[in-house]
Amino acid sequence: MSHSTPALIEADRLMTVCNSCRYCEGLCAVFPAMELKRSFTDGDLNHLANLCHNCGACYHDCQFTPPHEFAVNVPGTLAQVRAESYAQYAWPKAARPLFARHGTALALGLMVTTALFIAGFVAASDPGALWSAHQDDARFYALMPHNAMIAVFGAAFAWMILAITMGARAFWRDTGASQTGSRDHAQAAHDAARLTYLDGGGMGCFNDDDRPDDRRRMWHHFTFYGFLLCFAATSLATIYHYLLGWHAPYSWHSGPALLGIAGGIGLVIGPIGLLSAKRGRMPELGATGFRGMEVGFLLILLLTGATGLALRLLGETTLLGGLLALHLGAVLTFFLTMPYGKFVHGLYRYLALARHARDLRHHKTAK
Amino acid sequence: MTGRWDVLVAGGGNAALCAAIAARRAGRSVLVLEKAPKFYRGGNTRHTRNMRCAHDTATGTLTGPYTGDEFMRDLLRVTSGNTDETLARMMIERSYDMLEWIQQQGVRFQPSLGGTLSLGRTNSFFLGGGRSMLNALYRTAQRLGVEVRYEHEVTEVEIDGRSFRAATVTTPEGKTRIEARSLIAASGGFQADIDWLKQGWGERADNFLIRGTPHNRGSLTRALIDNGVQQIGDATQCHAVAIDARAPKYDGGIITRLDCVVFGIVVNKNAARFYDEGEDIWPKRYAIWGRLVAEQPDQIAYIVFDAPNLEKFMPSLYPPVQADSIAELAGKLSLDPHQLTETIHDFNAAVVGGRPFDHTEPDGNRTEGLGIDKTNWAKRIETAPFYAYPVRPGITFTYLGTRVNDRARMVMKDGTPAENMFAAGEIMAGNVLGQGYAAGIGMTIGAVFGRLAGEEAAAYVA
Repeated sequence: MSHSTPALIEADRLMTVCNSCRYCEGLCAVFPAMELKRSFTDGDLNHLANLCHNCGACYHDCQFTPPHEFAVNVPGTLAQVRAESYAQYAWPKAARPLFARHGTALALGLMVTTALFIAGFVAASDPGALWSAHQDDARFYALMPHNAMIAVFGAAFAWMILAITMGARAFWRDTGASQTGSRDHAQAAHDAARLTYLDGGGMGCFNDDDRPDDRRRMWHHFTFYGFLLCFAATSLATIYHYLLGWHAPYSWHSGPALLGIAGGIGLVIGPIGLLSAKRGRMPELGATGFRGMEVGFLLILLLTGATGLALRLLGETTLLGGLLALHLGAVLTFFLTMPYGKFVHGLYRYLALARHARDLRHHKTAK
Repeated sequence: MTGRWDVLVAGGGNAALCAAIAARRAGRSVLVLEKAPKFYRGGNTRHTRNMRCAHDTATGTLTGPYTGDEFMRDLLRVTSGNTDETLARMMIERSYDMLEWIQQQGVRFQPSLGGTLSLGRTNSFFLGGGRSMLNALYRTAQRLGVEVRYEHEVTEVEIDGRSFRAATVTTPEGKTRIEARSLIAASGGFQADIDWLKQGWGERADNFLIRGTPHNRGSLTRALIDNGVQQIGDATQCHAVAIDARAPKYDGGIITRLDCVVFGIVVNKNAARFYDEGEDIWPKRYAIWGRLVAEQPDQIAYIVFDAPNLEKFMPSLYPPVQADSIAELAGKLSLDPHQLTETIHDFNAAVVGGRPFDHTEPDGNRTEGLGIDKTNWAKRIETAPFYAYPVRPGITFTYLGTRVNDRARMVMKDGTPAENMFAAGEIMAGNVLGQGYAAGIGMTIGAVFGRLAGEEAAAYVA
């Protein structure tokens, strides 16, 4: 079968090798999924690539990895296919180059948005408010009215949801995940929540060398659940504001604050752990040309978490104005770049897990 | 450490590591010398996937019991009784324990792999395959304090009577001499040394492919036999299967094997059939075809089948040769088109068939009236496109090696046991396998005799 990129051509070659061997089928979902087929479309390979969690076990277990002449490197090849698939399915098409220049986009976005927030704060009230808002009862709303904040972030959020939905729809169609039922989604949610396939078949994933450890999974849990807690904090605050009429600022022991503090801690510890794991990781296990996207995603999460925590700790000092601008700049940049960076990996992996659950179910029924 | 080691292990595969771990756990200083560089360490263990051990009940990964008696019956069947029964019984008895012991060394099992259901009851499959198993053994050995040196090949031995004194080791930097109080030879077969194979097979060996490591050239086996250790087996006995003729000369591994003999016919370069393709089911027929092809002119043969069978067997690395007619297929294979057409015509005309096709057991679909009938799974080859795989003998490992007793001790030419020399794995497989093979038994030989050799060497040194 012909394929559209060198990475897909190589992935197709490897699937023929692996399907003839199958020694790795107990390690994760990728190999059992591969065994269901003998020829692979681009969509099938993108599905397998997004099903791969890059634990690295098969690289060390394979008797044919380089320097063997068969040169089998499944995690590295699938990482390349996966990273390229994010761009392939992105909407609108004009935004696709952003993936390869994601780091630059993030840095520019952060500078511009932070500067705009500072300018906005200064323009909206008197210039001194930037340094004195911490003495105002309304706190951040003295710098930026609640409705203005809702308008800016609501619009960014809506755009992000639209773009991500369009991308996911394209991925979903191309990888052929129709007829997934609620059972499949329950299985996928379970596997995504636990990172079932990031454990090398039980002994832990591989990072710096051929000794397994499980730390990457732990750092990912900090990051992912930190992110969810921050999202929950914002959602709860929205309910407080609109349904209950309780307006910010909230004390540190309120629901939104506690969720936000816990989430912020996760978003600081997790990305730092993942960044340090990434630094020591064997380069052959990853994609080339997407370093900015991978590191940038972690840095923007880290910055969001760290500035959020700093606002909680230093919100009553003169630093409030500057920190708020930086935090809002980070969040806004994050929202706007979410459809064009590493964030989509979570969604596509979830969809791949759902299709995999369906495929296994159908395969069992067919038997 | 430097100076004199308690236990010197030559080799770096399953047998060597089991020996090293057992001796180290008994408190001895252990040096492992592996000829290959780190990536290629472990000889043929890298290419293995399972081990055959006796067990009385089903387990999480084994579908049912496989008693020692049944194991023994299987061994006697595949070797045609050509085995040292005392040794074989001892090995099978000790294989019961091996399932647990090897897991304690970090090896993990899984249910049988897709496409290998016939072994799900008897054989324990390594999660992640043989290299994963090997990596686990190395991690354990090194954690326990076993020292491992790569690119260190034992090429000469100093033996004083029945007693090992020192080894000459060839490294990229030159030769060194290493003394030890005991030696465990676990350095594999000699199958990568084509000249040695020719001593048994003649010029035919030039057309053999070596399925595993290019490093197993038997230098230590030769040195031991030259220095008074008793040889077992002859140079023609080995594990040989028919593999894809397009495979690399060395190290093509499992992905070049073809398991489609039952789905068609096998012809030689004269486009003539030469053996009953329906004689027996998978595990047995798999291990006879290497020798059968070795007996054919130019040591090449072709498995020919038609369209409905293409996806009935495990896929392999190279695609089959494909054509819309038998004559065209013959042309692509450089066979005589008339002869191949006639062979298939005669075969088709002789098919009786009529029973439900079932490749998992002899189904009685046979031909009648041919010089060589196909006695099961015979179906007419009639639906285009037609396919063929060229095959050659693929040597897994040789059986000629050193004789051992039931304590894994080498036996000297005069029949007396060596004092401090032990052997495990392929280098002594010929003690158990006079001929033939059963899937996973090479790993049983390696693990059981390896562990035993390690324990015995440790006890001797104490």
